[in-house]
Amino acid sequence: MRRGAAFLPRPGYASVSRWLLAAALAGLLVADLQVTTLHPWSDLSRLLGGLTRPDLLAVDGRSVVYTVAFAVLGVGLGAGTGLLLAMPFARSRAVRLACAAVRAVHELFWALLLMQVFGLSATTGVLAIALPYAGICAKVYAELIEEADLAAVRVLPAGTGTVSAFLYARLPEVAGRMRDYTLYRLECGLRSSLVLGFIGLPTMGFAFESAFRQGRYAEAGALLLIFYALIGTRRLWVRARTLLVLLVGAALALPPTVGSAAIGPSLARFLGHDIVPAPLRGAPLAEPETWARLWSWLRPILTEQILPGTAQTLVLAQIALAATALGALVLFPLTARRFAGPLGRPLGRALLVVVRSTPEYMLAYVGLQLLGPSMLPAILALALHNAGIVAYLMGRHADAIPYRADAPRGLDLYAYETVPRLYGQFLAYLLYRWELILRESAIFGILGVTTLGFYVDAAISELRLDVATLLIAATALVTVAVDAVSRALRRSLRIDALPTRLSGPQPITGAEAP
Amino acid sequence: MLGSGRLGRLALGCVAALAASAPAEAQDRAVPPLVFTGIPDQDESRLVERFGRVAAYLEAKLGVPVRYIPVKSYPAAVTAFTNGQVQLAWFGGFTGVQARKAVPGSQAIAQGAEDAAFKTYIIANAATGLKRGADFPKDIQDRTFTFGARASTSGRLMPEYFIRQAFPGKSPEQVFARVGFSGDHTRTIQLVQSGAFAVGAVDYSVWDLDTKAGKVDPTAVTVIWESPTFPDYQWTVRGDVEQTYGAGFTEKLRTALTGVTDPAILEPFGRSKFVPVSNAAYEPLVAVGRSTGLLD
Repeated sequence: MRRGAAFLPRPGYASVSRWLLAAALAGLLVADLQVTTLHPWSDLSRLLGGLTRPDLLAVDGRSVVYTVAFAVLGVGLGAGTGLLLAMPFARSRAVRLACAAVRAVHELFWALLLMQVFGLSATTGVLAIALPYAGICAKVYAELIEEADLAAVRVLPAGTGTVSAFLYARLPEVAGRMRDYTLYRLECGLRSSLVLGFIGLPTMGFAFESAFRQGRYAEAGALLLIFYALIGTRRLWVRARTLLVLLVGAALALPPTVGSAAIGPSLARFLGHDIVPAPLRGAPLAEPETWARLWSWLRPILTEQILPGTAQTLVLAQIALAATALGALVLFPLTARRFAGPLGRPLGRALLVVVRSTPEYMLAYVGLQLLGPSMLPAILALALHNAGIVAYLMGRHADAIPYRADAPRGLDLYAYETVPRLYGQFLAYLLYRWELILRESAIFGILGVTTLGFYVDAAISELRLDVATLLIAATALVTVAVDAVSRALRRSLRIDALPTRLSGPQPITGAEAP
Repeated sequence: MLGSGRLGRLALGCVAALAASAPAEAQDRAVPPLVFTGIPDQDESRLVERFGRVAAYLEAKLGVPVRYIPVKSYPAAVTAFTNGQVQLAWFGGFTGVQARKAVPGSQAIAQGAEDAAFKTYIIANAATGLKRGADFPKDIQDRTFTFGARASTSGRLMPEYFIRQAFPGKSPEQVFARVGFSGDHTRTIQLVQSGAFAVGAVDYSVWDLDTKAGKVDPTAVTVIWESPTFPDYQWTVRGDVEQTYGAGFTEKLRTALTGVTDPAILEPFGRSKFVPVSNAAYEPLVAVGRSTGLLD
């Protein structure tokens, strides 16, 4: 019997769905959804005009190269470290906690912190991607290893070392799936790398922000199309044979650091002074008065920043989760053969791949510029991106269902067979994405929505890195808590063994699957 | 087995990558260029234009390579200064105070002639019907209001100070229906002009530059109040430049900056010339920063 489930009535799909939806509706009552700009449509049409008439010559090729270089090295370093950490992951609680902590902090938050020490440099860009990706890769690799067949391990002679056992018996079993996952991570890494440009690293995001802010929509459109091309062709240029070339090439292509940040003294100042809560700096720790001062420093941060920020973050994430769910249910038939037909399906897939390839931070940035700083553009950005992902996966599952020969068609098939049969899988995907949506909701604060990131941005503007670090830690805790709730729900719904990852194994193919 | 070989190569590549990035940094250190930045307070094309010209001018005057590094936000400019990535920066009044507080030994060396008596304009969308007056326009209460960047002097610190004076005991969030941070002054003007925000606070020099550039529609947005004056923008230099470039470098830099006469450099700054200044000139901003809670 699993923990917790013994005391509470086991929730069903319907009741969980109703609760999630009710929470989102309650969130809508308190959410700020006002459109504050007056001419969003004229700006949007100018942006779309830019997409149809992209000015490819205006794009600085270096920003494209740097975007790829940061992504390749960041993901390479993260995946390499993740692989090393995956070995002790199942046994060591300390490793699991460390991995949960690094991956709960968003790449942009990492970059803002790393920038204090390493400046605007390649080191900041690569590490900002590598740190959270090491945490997530360690977890996923460990899960893949755990799911793997143990037959080879059982026949190893007694006394085989851990590393040898891992390399010879476990790794060959899971290497294929690890490769798929790492390739998927590289796609995410490209998005992360682009987004780092928004805070000053020389990637495509830097150029996009500049172009967009000044109304050079043809250049912004060109950047976007080039980015789609990068993602769309990644299976062509990321191969076993090109990997070494890519890594070395990326290292050589990194932007030279302009000026040299004094890393030693900066690191000492950052760790020994900047992030130490102000009342504790150089104060006698044995004195009760020091701790009284710490409390009077902490209390307003807690009541005026962490609590309202957390509430807004949860509200945004909840509404976005519900919107993702509805969006995915509407969109997935576009990619399923039975609904979209042999001609519509490739089109639907292409549409969803484009939607999910767009970094949600960039979508939110564009939305906030067009609609003003409310939750509405943030919800739209999160829902579009995540609904794109979930719908794409659901479409694959829908095609794999073995239907009876006399199955109904159209809406009857959708409502009475496809959706009910896939509903557990659908909830598994949604609950899995909840944590990711929350992480992203917090970061949108930097763009002006009053989630936790809003207060982080304020603290950094006031050079209060102790406050910023505390807020980022609070964000990480909220993320970990939501992840725990999501996992508990998946366990009690008995859907925790279903695939949740975009790169997961193909659904069991039925008679009509390709 | 193929897979493990690939992953092994991946790990090797990472090590190679790190090893390759280290000597690149060492090389930079051998011939240290003087690197500077500026707060991104307005349209980026204007920033690129003005700082590009300053870099060329300083390189010729000082005989050392000079590089400009663009940043995306006010705090990023301060961070680049505190961690030593840049030695010189064109700061606003408040970011300068922040930077000099974080880097002991750094000095404000020159400001624009206009910066000794700088002003904030409160601007309003025409639809509000607000008219220009000599006193602080208290009828902006309960409307929507946008500041510039969070760490801007004329777009945040001073207007917040005047607002707190006009409405004692209230924060801007309590005074207005909605408070925004546009990010820069050009954007503030655009937001108020489009009506996205009813009222805003803007740097008067950027207002003048944008008016001259034909970007301001006088029928849609007007100045309704001119603030009392305060010290603003300045060039601030780190104390350790003397060790890197020799004793007397700070003075040399000050002389070079105050010696700028080329209108091609001064015009994009909206300044008539640069004049010498000292840290003490910015003490009033420290007091204002403390009173608004933006500075410890």
